[in-house]
Amino acid sequence: MADAGLLRFHVPEPEVRPGGTPDFSNVTIPKAGSVPRPEIDVDPRSIRDMAFSIIRVLNRAGEAVGPWAGLLSDEELLEGLRHMMTLRTFDARMQMAQRQGKTSFYMQHLGEEAVSCAFRKALKPGDMNFPTYRQAGLLIADGYPMVTMMNQIYSNEADPLKGRQLPIMYSSKEHGFFSISGNLATQYIQAVGWAMASAISNDSRIAAAWIGDGSTAESDFHAALVFASTYKAPVVLNVVNNQWAISTFQGIARGGSGTFAARGLGFGIPSLRVDGNDYLAVHAVAKWAAERARANLGPTLVEYVTYRAGAHSTSDDPSAYRPKAESDAWPLGDPVIRLKNHLIHKGVWSEDRHTQAEAEILETVIAAQKEAEGHGTLHAGGKPSTRDMFEGVYAEMPPHLRRQRQQAGV
Amino acid sequence: MPRRTIIEAIRDAMDVSMGRDERVIVYGEDVGFFGGVFRATQGLQAKYGKSRCFDAPISESGIVGSAIGMAAYGLRPCVEVQFADYVYPAYDQIVSEAARLRYRSNGDFTCPIVVRMPTGGGIFGGQTHSQSPEALFTHVSGLKVIVPSNPHDAKGLLIAAIEDPDPVIFLEPKRLYNGPFDGHHDKPVTPWSKHELGEVADGHYTIPLGKAAIRRQGSAVTVLAYGTMVYVAQAAAEETGIDAEVIDLRTLLPLDLEAIVASVKKTGRCVVVHEATLTSGFGAELVSLVQENCFYHLEAPVARVAGWDTPYPHAQEWDYFPGPARVGRALVETMEA
Repeated sequence: MADAGLLRFHVPEPEVRPGGTPDFSNVTIPKAGSVPRPEIDVDPRSIRDMAFSIIRVLNRAGEAVGPWAGLLSDEELLEGLRHMMTLRTFDARMQMAQRQGKTSFYMQHLGEEAVSCAFRKALKPGDMNFPTYRQAGLLIADGYPMVTMMNQIYSNEADPLKGRQLPIMYSSKEHGFFSISGNLATQYIQAVGWAMASAISNDSRIAAAWIGDGSTAESDFHAALVFASTYKAPVVLNVVNNQWAISTFQGIARGGSGTFAARGLGFGIPSLRVDGNDYLAVHAVAKWAAERARANLGPTLVEYVTYRAGAHSTSDDPSAYRPKAESDAWPLGDPVIRLKNHLIHKGVWSEDRHTQAEAEILETVIAAQKEAEGHGTLHAGGKPSTRDMFEGVYAEMPPHLRRQRQQAGV
Repeated sequence: MPRRTIIEAIRDAMDVSMGRDERVIVYGEDVGFFGGVFRATQGLQAKYGKSRCFDAPISESGIVGSAIGMAAYGLRPCVEVQFADYVYPAYDQIVSEAARLRYRSNGDFTCPIVVRMPTGGGIFGGQTHSQSPEALFTHVSGLKVIVPSNPHDAKGLLIAAIEDPDPVIFLEPKRLYNGPFDGHHDKPVTPWSKHELGEVADGHYTIPLGKAAIRRQGSAVTVLAYGTMVYVAQAAAEETGIDAEVIDLRTLLPLDLEAIVASVKKTGRCVVVHEATLTSGFGAELVSLVQENCFYHLEAPVARVAGWDTPYPHAQEWDYFPGPARVGRALVETMEA
């Protein structure tokens, strides 16, 4: 071999930076309906190529095609559209509320609504999600009251978490939504532990782990894959690849593996990639993975290929690190528009009804917001007591905390 | 009453707990078939099956992280970290997750887990098998921290920890596993079978968390100790002839401040000893509490005897270990001050 010269250090870079023309020509998009749907007890070794493809159901004409189509009724699809539209409207209002100083922080889902909304419909009551901060669709699609979500965001007197948690770090055991940490990736191995416990207890409930593309670099992600693989835990391992971890493009966490789904291959875990902006595809793949888990076939890794159309959070400005028009150039489109077009194509929806639904949803969200604001916002109105700050550290307050609470005069 | 080593007492505590409550699950590295490198879980897999006692991959954050998920489900995992020195990969899971789950979810989810780990030196384990990281856990709100010093307490405290509704860090002084060790490494060790605290009742009993025990009554000076140092302090008192009162804290968090204050007010002098490094050690907390609560009763500055602020050395183990000579010197100086 020829002399390669001195060593060179390699740092991956995204294709385009601000000022450049968005270019996703490197993202290979298979035709909708082209990826086969294997049986759930398939030998993982025979479907390794699925970790490098993208399962899609909705085509450009708005038709649902291929072996992953046909699982949802018109009513279910209309409900799904409503969930996504509700989440988008909820986000817009809360984003604005943050700008108005009614809370400290917010994180929206713009462009990623299909992932959590469709996934929720593939689960059964009693199953448990271990979400990140960008899966509020799991709550919306499960009928969790928006007012309660807003009370948490406002840290007001009716906040179920007593003002202790950063906005949007919800918790609802009843709705299968594990308390969001805010630290990244920790929940991934916890989800596997929950699933192990369900199997140990000969239960029928399954767990779902959630993580973003960037956080797959954390060691807890890899620990989770080892444990899930070793104990064949009944868990769906979700990776939401929205291309950006704050300002860091997904190539920094992905390295040379090609895709995030491919991470599962070394663990012998069936690993699928799915069009994250396709409600039908997300639901179909989630259902396949959930069925595998429930049938004692163990974990499935699912990478949702999507795009974070909004900022990371209200503290972030994406124009500093990616082209402004990149979101419009994203080849998988917008999940709400795609499902809307599909339903119009099917003749069960129309532009007029859509516009009308938007107005109705906005009205509902505003009504919820008014009710929540009646309980206070972060800096005005009712708020959790200082006493609440000392409660709940332990089941029973130890003497040293009691002394400190007395010192604080509460 | 049967006499047991600390290892046998700990195994018995898990056996009793697993027998009483099927939610109790035991796992960790080498814990299943083999029964643990210190044999604390020997026989448990054979008795309760592989679903209740099993081997884990070498991943401390995986072990503790999965235990948190199990606890959220409703089980009561009691997991082993092979050495306290190996706990750091799990530190995030313990500090950011286990400790705060109840608080951040307002009780929607709780975390009744026990993380057992052998702690302390005296076995020529070098820097990676000798550390005493208790202060890294006492600094975290939401945790409870236990360091037993004898078989009787080890069993009662471990059962109490497993039944506790909150996460407990259970540090087992490994130099005490087979007998009380007073720091005289060149002398043969008395086995627990010849020590009254080696008496461990069969069946279920608990020792409440947050209660200290007086191991040696005295009136001249109070020594605050836990784990291995309880015996070192007793030896120092005997060898110097100083009438020291030795308090075994047993639980560091919550702490039995009442017992500490009562003793120091009586003696007017206090020496704090621990094996862990000095700076920002748990001793600093104890000294602060003593001066805050007993200042006008003190007749001498409160002294600390601790491990030197170096990594735990191998060949120099007995120069590092705060043995009876160093504790004795502190007692004499405190009496003369």
